[in-house]
Amino acid sequence: MTGLCSLTFKEAIGIAKKDGVQPILDAFQKRAQALNPKINAFLRFSKTASAHAAGALGGVPISIKDNICIDGAEVTCASKILAKHVPPYDATVITKLKNAGATLFGQCNMDEFAFGSSCETSAFGPCRNPWDLERVPGGSSGGSAASVAADMTLAALGSDTGGSIRQPAALCSVVGVKPTYGRVSRYGLIAFGSSFDQIGPLTKTVEDAAILMNILCGHDPKDSTSSPEKVPDFTQALTRNVKGLKIGLPKEYFIEGIDPEIEKSVRQAAEVYQKLGAEIKTISLPHTEYSVAVYYVVAVAEASSNLGRFDGVEYGLRAPAKDLREMYFETRDRGFGHEAKRRVLLGTFVLSAGYYEAYYLKGQKVRTLIRQDFEKAFKEVDVILSPTSPTAAFKIGEKAADPIAMYLSDIFTIPANLAGIPAMSVPCGFTSGGLPIGMQLMARPFDESTMLRAAHAFEQETGVYKKKPTLN
Amino acid sequence: MEFNIERVAELARLNLKPEEKQKLGKDLGAILAYVQKLDALDTKDVEPTSHVLNMENVFRADEVKPSDAAPKALKHAPQTEGPFFKVPKIVHR
Repeated sequence: MTGLCSLTFKEAIGIAKKDGVQPILDAFQKRAQALNPKINAFLRFSKTASAHAAGALGGVPISIKDNICIDGAEVTCASKILAKHVPPYDATVITKLKNAGATLFGQCNMDEFAFGSSCETSAFGPCRNPWDLERVPGGSSGGSAASVAADMTLAALGSDTGGSIRQPAALCSVVGVKPTYGRVSRYGLIAFGSSFDQIGPLTKTVEDAAILMNILCGHDPKDSTSSPEKVPDFTQALTRNVKGLKIGLPKEYFIEGIDPEIEKSVRQAAEVYQKLGAEIKTISLPHTEYSVAVYYVVAVAEASSNLGRFDGVEYGLRAPAKDLREMYFETRDRGFGHEAKRRVLLGTFVLSAGYYEAYYLKGQKVRTLIRQDFEKAFKEVDVILSPTSPTAAFKIGEKAADPIAMYLSDIFTIPANLAGIPAMSVPCGFTSGGLPIGMQLMARPFDESTMLRAAHAFEQETGVYKKKPTLN
Repeated sequence: MEFNIERVAELARLNLKPEEKQKLGKDLGAILAYVQKLDALDTKDVEPTSHVLNMENVFRADEVKPSDAAPKALKHAPQTEGPFFKVPKIVHR
């Protein structure tokens, strides 16, 4: 049974088309339900796990972060304010997956409204890291990453606003791709930071990610921020050839505070590329140290606006109250968790009269400087290589009391969201304690192909992705 | 950094418990102090970002299409009356 669950997405599609998908679905149902009480990667399993074996994907199972709407299925964003909410429509990515013949298998745990880097802010209990159950899987797409790492699902969708696909992918040793801003339609994704959010795949291999990118990407008239840019066949990019590719190592990403084992692992990855014929250059992204500050102004401002809609009027939780005004205050008090309140308050403050220019406008100006850093860097190099996260998975509770320490765990992933460029995390090694290490690759806008090519070349050369957590 | 938590909570339509007020007020003060590092940068001549990839506005044709959104939306509302969302009294007499 474990045999079927340890297949890659691509292998499973092949077997499903030959022998039917039912044995695969049965194997995942058994394994995922047995492991979930320990890991808490899934908030619920699909009630209608019927296989649409006809499509290109052969009915194989895929899991969905619980902030993406599926017609007729409860969606909560791991928040009490949306508990029992049933959306009446499919997100565009869900329509695309259904049309391609995927079985929607389970809905994944996450930080409440995607506010977090550890999955600890979920209103339905933290998700745990399959490599060490006392540690966090990362966040916010922690359930998506943990379920793929633990062979509880073949692949999963996540969303990435400041690193929410890449950081958990790194902490769980899976592949996680944040496409270029606008590449994937966000229609049906419950909004957090609208100038940052992107949906993307979490998978066991780079090839699996490329297969899903082919399905997910493309213009959608239902999302005015979705890009009309042409979508190439990403699987065609996976040639393993990186000869002459220019790879930049940004000196600002190898700073004090980074775990030395992680730095070493990423520098070794650079040597692998050099061996494969790529050219390694040290580059500078001088405004990197301001990224977290910009993000915690601009993203919280957008979040506080987006969360204004949760007022108890049209859907979700409504607290009983004597009048309308009290209903708003009570519903939002009872419905939002601590981190959601923190971000709503911060966002409200930076947008409030008298502070807008000092914070929000200043943040958007520094954001321009960060974007310009990347524009300059990509004149010199094709791909930028860095660590995904400054540390490996931390203990549950370790950073919960210190919001700034938690926010700084996204220091290497936030810049790509600020600039809108594509970025991904690829497993690149393990610490001496056996915890996964991920490396990040970033590329020019809409050049996911080059990024995937570089990722695939490293993955196939080293085979780091083959190692799996022991779970029994 | 002074942070008037009562005022901001009022604007955000959030009731906060007294112990929450203290903790959140402290956290937010610390975050704003951290954010102040942005002041070190001279941004006098920098354009603020309005769209990361400088995309133009995207319009679609304004066409009437059949939709069943209204009845579906009402089905999941906390309280309805006929084709309306129902809410508690706004003004007390």
